[in-house]
Amino acid sequence: MELLSVVLSVLVRGVGIGSTYALLAVGFVIIYRATDVVNFAQPALMILGSYFTALYVHNAGMPFPVAVIAAMATMAVIGALTERVALRPMVGEPPFSAAMVTVGVFFALFILSFRLIGTNPISTGEPWGFARLVVGDFEFRQIDIARTVLSLGAIGLTGLFLQRSKAGLAMRATAMDQETALAQGVNVGRMFGLSWAISGALAALAGVMISAGSGGTVPLDAFIALKALPVIILGGLDSIKGSVVAGLIIGVVEAIALSFNTTLTPLIGENFYLVVPYIIMILALMVRPYGLFGTAEVQRV
Amino acid sequence: MLAVENLEVVYEDVILVLKGVSLSVPEGGIVALLGANGAGKTTVLRAITGLLDIHRGEVTKGKVTLDDRPIHHLSAPQTVAAGIGQVMEGRRTFVEFTVEENLRIGAHTAERGTVEANLDRVYTLFPRLAERRRQVSGYLSGGEQQMLVIGRALMAQPRVLLLDEPSLGLAPLIVQQIRDLIVDINQQGTSVLLVEQNANMALSIASHGYILETGKVVMDKPADVLREDEDVREFYLGLREEGASSFRDVKHYKRRKRWLS
Repeated sequence: MELLSVVLSVLVRGVGIGSTYALLAVGFVIIYRATDVVNFAQPALMILGSYFTALYVHNAGMPFPVAVIAAMATMAVIGALTERVALRPMVGEPPFSAAMVTVGVFFALFILSFRLIGTNPISTGEPWGFARLVVGDFEFRQIDIARTVLSLGAIGLTGLFLQRSKAGLAMRATAMDQETALAQGVNVGRMFGLSWAISGALAALAGVMISAGSGGTVPLDAFIALKALPVIILGGLDSIKGSVVAGLIIGVVEAIALSFNTTLTPLIGENFYLVVPYIIMILALMVRPYGLFGTAEVQRV
Repeated sequence: MLAVENLEVVYEDVILVLKGVSLSVPEGGIVALLGANGAGKTTVLRAITGLLDIHRGEVTKGKVTLDDRPIHHLSAPQTVAAGIGQVMEGRRTFVEFTVEENLRIGAHTAERGTVEANLDRVYTLFPRLAERRRQVSGYLSGGEQQMLVIGRALMAQPRVLLLDEPSLGLAPLIVQQIRDLIVDINQQGTSVLLVEQNANMALSIASHGYILETGKVVMDKPADVLREDEDVREFYLGLREEGASSFRDVKHYKRRKRWLS
């Protein structure tokens, strides 16, 4: 019973954090599919998302759920603006150059977030904190449940939007063949903007989810978002399904490594669990460079 | 009426591809635009549909008008909304989409209420597509893919349909089917500009034909006149006055394939 309880709590914790990683990764995937650019600015968008949530809660007095939605909308606008200003001129340039532009955007927004947040952690006023949920003999952290439900829910809605809606169809068409999409009357530039808007909104939600259950948000939390890189490498850069599966795998493996942390410390030092996602990434790159669900690049021989 | 007047197109600011091309597609007509590779046929279509800029091309002189309204400076989505439908060369289906998704994306600029009726129309026109509506389009045969992209263009209810080499890479029997379908579509009220290398097929259904050579229109005559023209028969239809003679008798120096210059 004792063991089962431990295993279950590790699993729930892993799935919780894993779905947040998946949410971050989906943000990368959507922009990559639409524009062939890996958006390194995503972590900064995430931090600004938590900042705006905190701002709306404390300064505008909004209830937490409303503040989160308002922050997501704000980040959608900022995402679309970023695309219009910084990335649109790069259309037709090599994706690598455009990716470098996103690195520049990352630093600009990251420094901005230092200015806005300062050195003290800010709280988003999230309701979960360290609260626990007791089901029979088992005890879970509420935040893990919230992370799982909200992140997977947001991913599900995004998937549904891409699969069912007219704009989603146009976005997928743009991802496949831009010229043909243009010839059908799809405004390709608007689709690029839309992909950034969606990623911005998802990043905002991920920001709130990451900082919830800890002491608050500091700008350096942006580096947690880099966990999305192992996730997209393992899942495949162009697959939402892959992001979910890989996010959960990496979250659970990380949670397992964390639970063995005290045992492992004498052997390999502290905080080994932080490295685990990157070890998985290297293994994935060696075995299956295009990821579990990614499209293998077709090459003529 | 779709009219192209004195169109001059330059790629990359230096490569002069069209040197003053004029042609017109009357309301409800089928017009053929013939020419060898590199003559500029596809460039004419790009100029009409606003796809030049992504190929770093530019209209430097002349104009394209649809019912006297200039459209050569419109973006691609705007020309689609204006009523120009286009089937690009090489089929270009969205290979990962199902047949129905391919058709729906064609209706992107159309009003929401028209989609179902147009789907019905396309499925009636191409029963083969109706059978395969849930299939991934990349697995269709070449002929079916060609039908799919024509159907996709029809979803926007274009007034003028531009077809870029619909016979490319298809078996003769399928080419005939496609030809008959083009006639059907035309009879339902869509004007057609048919760009082809297969002059035989194009001239058999067109009312008027243009022959494009290195960026200039060198012949502009009714289709039945073109069919009887000695040069067209030899160079585009592959027929000679003596009939199918031995290749030993072919004398290339006798008459070169040039009309001007």
